[in-house]
Formats: sequence, C-alpha cells, structure tokens
Amino acid sequence: MILLLQYTLIFASVLSLVALGGCFSEHSGVINLGLEGIMVIGALGGALSLKALTGAAPVMIVIVTILAAALFGMVYSTLLGVASIHFKADQTLVGTAMNILATAAATVIVKAINMAENPDNVSSTIQYVNSKKAFIVRFGKFEFNWFMLLAFLALVFAYIILYKTRFGLRLMACGENPQAADSVGINVYEMRWAGVLISGVLGGVGGIVYITAGVSEWKFETGVAGFGFLALAVMIFGQWKPVNIGLAALLFGFFRALSNVYSGFSWLAALKIPGSIYNMMPYVISLIVLAFTSANSRAPKAEGIPYDKGSR
Amino acid sequence: MNKEKESIFKNAGVQSIIAAIFCIIVGLFIGFLVLLAINPAGAGSSIVTIVKNFLNYPTKPAQLKYLGNTLVKTAPLLMCALSINFCYKVGLFNIGAAGQYVVGAGACLYAALAWKLPWIVCLLLAVAAGALWGTIVGFLKAYANVNEVISGIMLNWIGLYLVNMLLANVKEQASPYTLQLSSTNSSAILPTAGLDKLFSNNKYVTIAIPIAILIAILLQVILTMTKFGYELRATGFNKDAAKYAGMNEKRNIILTLVIGGALAGMGAALLYLTGYEQWATTQSSVPAMGFNGIAATFLGGLNPIGTIFSSYFIQHITSGGSYLDKSIYPSQISELISAIIIYLCGFVLFFKYVMNRRIAAGQEKKIRAAKAAEKGGEDK
Repeated sequence: MILLLQYTLIFASVLSLVALGGCFSEHSGVINLGLEGIMVIGALGGALSLKALTGAAPVMIVIVTILAAALFGMVYSTLLGVASIHFKADQTLVGTAMNILATAAATVIVKAINMAENPDNVSSTIQYVNSKKAFIVRFGKFEFNWFMLLAFLALVFAYIILYKTRFGLRLMACGENPQAADSVGINVYEMRWAGVLISGVLGGVGGIVYITAGVSEWKFETGVAGFGFLALAVMIFGQWKPVNIGLAALLFGFFRALSNVYSGFSWLAALKIPGSIYNMMPYVISLIVLAFTSANSRAPKAEGIPYDKGSR
Repeated sequence: MNKEKESIFKNAGVQSIIAAIFCIIVGLFIGFLVLLAINPAGAGSSIVTIVKNFLNYPTKPAQLKYLGNTLVKTAPLLMCALSINFCYKVGLFNIGAAGQYVVGAGACLYAALAWKLPWIVCLLLAVAAGALWGTIVGFLKAYANVNEVISGIMLNWIGLYLVNMLLANVKEQASPYTLQLSSTNSSAILPTAGLDKLFSNNKYVTIAIPIAILIAILLQVILTMTKFGYELRATGFNKDAAKYAGMNEKRNIILTLVIGGALAGMGAALLYLTGYEQWATTQSSVPAMGFNGIAATFLGGLNPIGTIFSSYFIQHITSGGSYLDKSIYPSQISELISAIIIYLCGFVLFFKYVMNRRIAAGQEKKIRAAKAAEKGGEDK
C-alpha cells in the first residue's frame, strides 16, 4: 500500500512537471510534441551528473542533478524554439523529429561514453545506485523523494506565475491572439521563446525524475516509454490549468504505479491478469478519459500557428 | 513586352527535390561531425560506409544480394510513409501509423503461425487490423475531437502490448522470437515471382516491392484524379470551407484514417510475411518503422512518387549503419542522421520561401535594368 502511494506520487510528479512544461509552451502558442525527447535529454544530463557525483554530499547531488537536467532540457528545447518561432516550421513535425533525435542521440552519447571508459562495454546504460539515495528521505517505511516536493512547488509556482503575474498573463495572450498582444507592445517572439525554454526546463527535470523513479540504472535505448505523450494527455485532460493538471497527474500516476505494484496485492494477483494489461492501463485510461472530455476542450486558440506579423 | 522565361527553380517539384537534397547533405554532414566527435580516426570512412551500404561488398552477386535485403525493408517503410503522407494531405498527422503497423504484424503473424492460413489471407487480415486501429483514431477525432497525435500514440503502446501478448502464444521455446515462417507455414510466405533470381537468389525478395510501388502510384492517382481525392485535399486545406461546400468532413476524416491504417498494416505484412524478420515478443518499444515513415514522407516532399525514392534512401542509410565497426561506433548513428533529416525537413517551407524570394529579387533586378536602359536610351 505504502509502495503504491509512493509510486503514484513519483509518477504523478513526473507527469505534472512535464505537463506543466507543455502547458507553458502551449499557452505561449507553440505546440510542444517534443516533450518526450526533452525528457530523454534531461534524463541524460541528470544521469551523467549522478554518475559523476558518486560519493559527493547529498545536498550537492540534489542541486547539481536538477540543474543539469534542467539545463540539458532547456538547451534541447531551443531546437523547437528556433524551428517554430523563427523558421515557421510545422511544430508537430519538429516535435516528432526531436523525439526520435533525442533517443538516438542519447544512445549514441551514452554508448560513446561507456566505450571510452571500457572498450568492452557497448551498452547504453548508465548506473547511479549510490547517488540516487541522496534524493530520498525516509519517514518510517515511506520513501519521500525530494522530487515530489519539487513537483508540488512547480504546480504552485505555475499557478501563481500564469494567473497572478504580468509575465504569465502576457504569455497566455500570445497563445490566444498574438496579433492583439503585439498591438499593445508585447514581443510575441520573446514570449514564445520564454514558453519554449520553460517547457524545456520542466521537461528535462521531469525526465530525470522518471528514470530515477524506482530504478537505479537506465537503458537509454528505450527512451521514456511514451511518458512524454502521457504527460500531454494529462495536460489536455487538465485543460491547460495547473490545478487540474495536478489532479489529472495523480489519476494517471495511480494507474501507472499499479503496473509496478500489483503483485503486492494478494487479491489483484489472484485475478491472474497478465502484466501487459497493467502496462496498457495508463494508455487505455487516458484514451477513454480524453474521449469523454475532449468535446469541449479549449486549447489556446493560436497554438500551432506560426506567428506572422503581417496577417490579421 | 517580353515574357520572362520562368526560372526552372520556381517549379514546385524542383524546389522539393533541391530542398530534399539539401536536408540530406546537411543531415549526413552533422552525422559526420558526430562520428568525428566519437572517434576522429575512422569518421571519414565510416560516413562513406553508411552511404555506400550494400556497395561495401566486394563482389557483384554479394552486392545484389544485400541490395535485395535493403529493398525488402524499403517496402514496409514505403507503405508506412504512404500512410502518413495520405493522412497529412487531409491535415491529419497519423503518428499512429506505428501502432497500425504493429497490429498488422500481429494479425498476419498470428494468422500465419497459429491458424496456418495462406499468405493472401494473412495479408488481408493485416490490412483489416491496421484499418481497425485507424478507425479508432478516426472516430475519436471526428466525433470526440480527440487530437489524433495523442490518440495515435496511446494506441501505439496499447497495440504493442496487445500484440506482444498475442504473439507470445506462437513463439519459439527458448527465445522471445516468434516461430520461423519457413518451417511452420511456408504457404504464408509471399511469392517471389522470380524476383529473387534478380538479386542473387535472395529468397526474401518478393512481390512486396512491386506491390508497394504500385500502391504509391495508385495513391497519387486517387489524390489527384478522383473526386474522393479532391474532397480529401480540400478538407486538408480548410476543413470549414470544405464543410461549407457540402463535403462530409467527419466521414472523410474517418475514411482517411482507415485507409492510412490499412496501408500501415499492409506494410507490416509486406515485411513479416517474407520471413525476413521474426517478431520479438518482449520488445519494449514500438518498432521504428512507423516513425522512419515520417522521415521518408517529408523527405519525399509529401508526394507519393517522391516518397518511393526517399523511403529507399532512408532505408539505405539505415542499413548502411549496420556496417559500422560496432566496437567504435554505435549503429544508432543512422537513426541520428534520419532524425536530423526529419528535423531539417521542417525547415523546407523556409527554404522554398528563401528560394522564391531570391528568384523574385533576381527578376525584379532584370526588369529594373531593362527599364533603366530603355529610359536611358530615350533621354539621350
């Protein structure tokens, strides 16, 4: 039971961080399908720092890893920014390209690093058993992870920034009607860059949270198993509002956690449902949920449309 | 007034080809830089190895045989690319093609290995399975307004787990791979119609390739010369205008995704029914074929005929990657290059814009020079 709660919170943290990233980007008008790729690259950055900092002070590990993941994610998101804001590329295509590129690039980089250390090691795995412990604080049997706090704070800050600050309101204006925003002097390009870079930071941190959730090494060939897209589903279900995103993340996180811990519940194990069904459940649930809630879905009006100063 | 000769560069087709070649060159160059970063010594020869692919073999029969292997994998890639191409013309991004491919593979392999059906039935079952998967995406999009990218991705993963579960029933004892078609049910293998002799008796070369090419041509005909194709393209340009003109856009969306799914499912059959590969029932990620189809379709300028060539090219460098010295360079380099090429294809619109602007500027210059010369003559 405790394990289920733990896993739910951790997966919900990942989903909320990444979904918030998507939220910022889409509120500014740029569809960010490359979140999966940003997660992978952020995870790469975080994993590399975890590996490099083995044995350092826990506080150092926590701060540096988060910063590394955020930085890697932010730098990778500039690919989306450049293509969609300056070159008016099709944002869906660029996002998909970034996903494929990230997995390939991460695998190449990790393999190269592994091979440089030890010519026989041709795997795409990074291990960080000891460093990972820096993130965990035990309350009795419950392993509280600093990332959970981070995700919660991110939700709170996102709400405040988007709805209570000038910056946030202007950001949202650029996604609803950029021409109107431009007419009052807001620099749409700058705002959209801000949205994309923030999504890069959040996506990158989400990535490192995902790969450290419950496991001590990660094989980069597998990417992040569609979690970036689950986060997008959370964002759409949450109607681009931070509070709803948090709740939706808990729901989806619960189902994802179930696939890890179902064997611990004797009544569930007795049902003899194959493991694949549990793996499928988050995706099936999200499809069903989206089918019922997308009818009145209110996406930011101008998202996906490259901003053209000359048009009305 | 002299009619200015239309610059050949203004032709949309030519622009697409130039843009595609540019993307390829830049993609290969960046791949070369990555190889340099990993190990400078072998970088130059490695990038050449990737580009040469089957030409790496010394004798002609060997070259032909491996060219055959590349072609075997080009057929399913082409089908996936056509699926995405067709749907994109209607304004839909069928990223679910990967999942439709997966269920197609599951259907045809199960039918072949468990029910021992002949190849034509297996093929049709794969088409039906893919079409079904596409229908779900279509329905959700048309009636529930669910973004087809998200539903496509969800269905990709659902399909993967379902197929893994299903095919676990027909797999080998000691390995996670499905049974060999040749030993279990050879009637399910696609006929070669003599094509294998052209490629040094490569028994995997079948009618799959001509079928795929014929379908590409058929799609081009449908899109440009039939009323249905016209309606689809109109819906893609402006959904509301098409609806205003009386076209049933819900039906068109669903039909398009059904066809897209059918194409991807057929692509799976065209690969797995040759016996070239077995399905790994423990695979944890959706096969790359569906996603490489995206690269192929955009590189081909979103034109079915161009897609034939771009699919071949993408498969060529993907296969070329497997010849790299694995102890130095990971074979994922080819994936990296493909991904960079897709990314650059997003800039194609920008390239065309730049090309058009330069041509227009050049033409303006000529007109101004001619006018100045005229005026100058008159004044004097």
